[in-house]
Amino acid sequence: MRHTGLRVVAATVLAATLAACGGASPGDSTDENGGDSSGAGGGGEASAWILTGGGWPVTAASFERWNESNSDQRITVEEYENDAYKEKIRTSVGSGEAPTLIMSWTGGTLADYVANEQVVDITADTQELVDRVMPSVAQNGAIDGTTYAVPMNDVQPVVLYYNEDLFDQVGIEVPTTWAETLDAVEAFDEAGIIPFSLAGQSVWPELMWIQYLTDRIGGPEVFQAVLDGQPDAWSDPAVLEALTRIQELVDAGAFGDAFASVAADQSADAALVHTGRAAMLLQGSWVYATFHTDAPEFASSALGFTTFPEIEGGAGDPGNIVGNPANFWSISAAASEAERQTALDYVNEYVYDDEQLAAMLDAGSLPPVEGLDDQIAQSDDAEYLAFAYGLVQDAPHFQLSWDQALPADQAQELLTNLSQIFLGEITPQQFVDAMNATL
Amino acid sequence: MTLSIRSGAVSRRAARPRTGPPFWLAAPALAIFALFALLPLGGVVVLSFTEWDGLGTPSWAGTDVWFDTVSDPATRQAMWLTLVFVVLSYLFQAPVALLLGVFMAGRQRYRAVWSVLYFLPLLFSSAAIGITFRSLLDPNFGLSRALDSTAFRTNWLGDPDLALYVVVFVVGWCFVPFHALLYQAGVRQIPATLYEAAVLDGAGRVKQFRYVTLPQLRYTIVTSSTLMLVGSLTYFDLVFILTGGGPGDATRILPLHMYLTGFRGYEMGPASVIAVILVGVGLALSLALSRLSGAGRMQSQQAGL
Repeated sequence: MRHTGLRVVAATVLAATLAACGGASPGDSTDENGGDSSGAGGGGEASAWILTGGGWPVTAASFERWNESNSDQRITVEEYENDAYKEKIRTSVGSGEAPTLIMSWTGGTLADYVANEQVVDITADTQELVDRVMPSVAQNGAIDGTTYAVPMNDVQPVVLYYNEDLFDQVGIEVPTTWAETLDAVEAFDEAGIIPFSLAGQSVWPELMWIQYLTDRIGGPEVFQAVLDGQPDAWSDPAVLEALTRIQELVDAGAFGDAFASVAADQSADAALVHTGRAAMLLQGSWVYATFHTDAPEFASSALGFTTFPEIEGGAGDPGNIVGNPANFWSISAAASEAERQTALDYVNEYVYDDEQLAAMLDAGSLPPVEGLDDQIAQSDDAEYLAFAYGLVQDAPHFQLSWDQALPADQAQELLTNLSQIFLGEITPQQFVDAMNATL
Repeated sequence: MTLSIRSGAVSRRAARPRTGPPFWLAAPALAIFALFALLPLGGVVVLSFTEWDGLGTPSWAGTDVWFDTVSDPATRQAMWLTLVFVVLSYLFQAPVALLLGVFMAGRQRYRAVWSVLYFLPLLFSSAAIGITFRSLLDPNFGLSRALDSTAFRTNWLGDPDLALYVVVFVVGWCFVPFHALLYQAGVRQIPATLYEAAVLDGAGRVKQFRYVTLPQLRYTIVTSSTLMLVGSLTYFDLVFILTGGGPGDATRILPLHMYLTGFRGYEMGPASVIAVILVGVGLALSLALSRLSGAGRMQSQQAGL
């Protein structure tokens, strides 16, 4: 008996090992048929890949509405986790297996798609939609005056969230200048509270710091020079100063001593704030919805939000913001005529239609559409949405996240070097040298 | 009777090539191997001489890609980390697996219970293990929160000086059961008569282990070592989930470096170079191991029993 039992265990164990050996890599577990856009069949059936979390359920619901009333032009939808999507979409587009609707953050990726003629010109077909959208957002979808992508969800500026209770407890005001920021860091550190929550394991939240600091110190021209590929563009004094200030913050304990273990994909950075262990969080506007889902009580009573502090003597306009203007839809050049038509019809009829706008505002996310002041004033999250809406409308410059704006290889180099800056493993000068080498 | 055995032995030695199954029986396996292993491998070798961003058409760049990639400090660092990772993994896994396997081979009932427990890690998917360990070791929300103990508040995966060791431990935790299973099977095959003879000669437990168990396990050790060394050379998934190569580049071992270069940076040329290097080193390693250990001349150790 006993032996048979053991043998069964052993057999199971072996089977499990074999299964694990052939194992799926993380990310492609979502759906093996993901790349099967052609599998959607003939007719007008199209396909789209979207993400999970944040405000994405609104987009999913919009597709459901579409499919209910357009049974002859169905769109199959697949949902992916953020990082998994970024990896899968590139290879799918490259091999001509892309879904009809290709979602991107524009920037370097869209430029690559356009350079390889993998997305189609939709200037004429989407003019009406583009006219309704804020120009600072819509312009990201255009390359040399031709529209290749249109925004399809909320505008995502990076703002500074804070825990009002902790500020009351320590007895200080929310910092509006850099000097006040340093004072706040000291005060919270002494009180045993992490001044700024930072998801260092995910690295990309660290970008928000260098983006804001560089912009406040040197203005948007500094990074534009990098994008233009000017030699030694990273050597700009503003970059060096931004990096130096980051390391000063780290040394002062501004991010606690375990920020490299905090991951943004599990919203651990937001959790530190709503569990009262960190006072502030510099993150994208999508985190507002996270606060409301994960800690509704905190979100309605103690969640504050403001702009990134001013830097005394900086050349950049304090009204400038960084973040993601939105996610964008492009239409695959590999799709059939009928599939493209379906996708275009969906984009024109359902993106930012009244129902989607209402659903977005309900979910606390901000559509980049002009003339929404009245609707925002009536929404449940009027205070936050009006703040973010004003922020975006008044911003002289809206900087797309650097990792999206740059070509992928430079973005990777940037992320690695930036994480080493935060860990104190390299000096600002080493960062600048390494990044100049990528230009 | 005697005659037939003798002639059997003779014919076995002389006519070995003729008595095996016909070669074409291997054809399906070879075809599949060629289609899914050799062909992609050839593709990667070709790609390693090109520049390609995954979207357009690859452009020929010759040996420049190789020089650039191999002289890149990031690749050098990844190679060094891989070496450390392989050596540490082996030093951790081999002794633990051997001792556990020998222990589990005993026939006592309580050992069977333990064995089942030891097998558990093998039943879990590595993605689940990675996510679980990452959560447990989280200094903010992990074990430290549950147990309120400062010992767990260490920044296990976020400290560049610690992360690699933690990764080695978790990977070892995951793979020790498999190798223990190999050793258990190996020990169970050792004839009891050998131990009886050793006892008659006055050998104690330690001496039995040293002079009977270990030599008899020789080929199991070779097999297990090859799997461990080549396995950790190309190991990817758990490290990817646990740290993603971070913090900084503290756990960016070669397979991760290849993946991040290829599928995050979309530099397929350099990524292919790293892939070819990995294949080369892996093959050389397993070949060297089997040469050194004489596994090519593997035969039963039970002559005379």
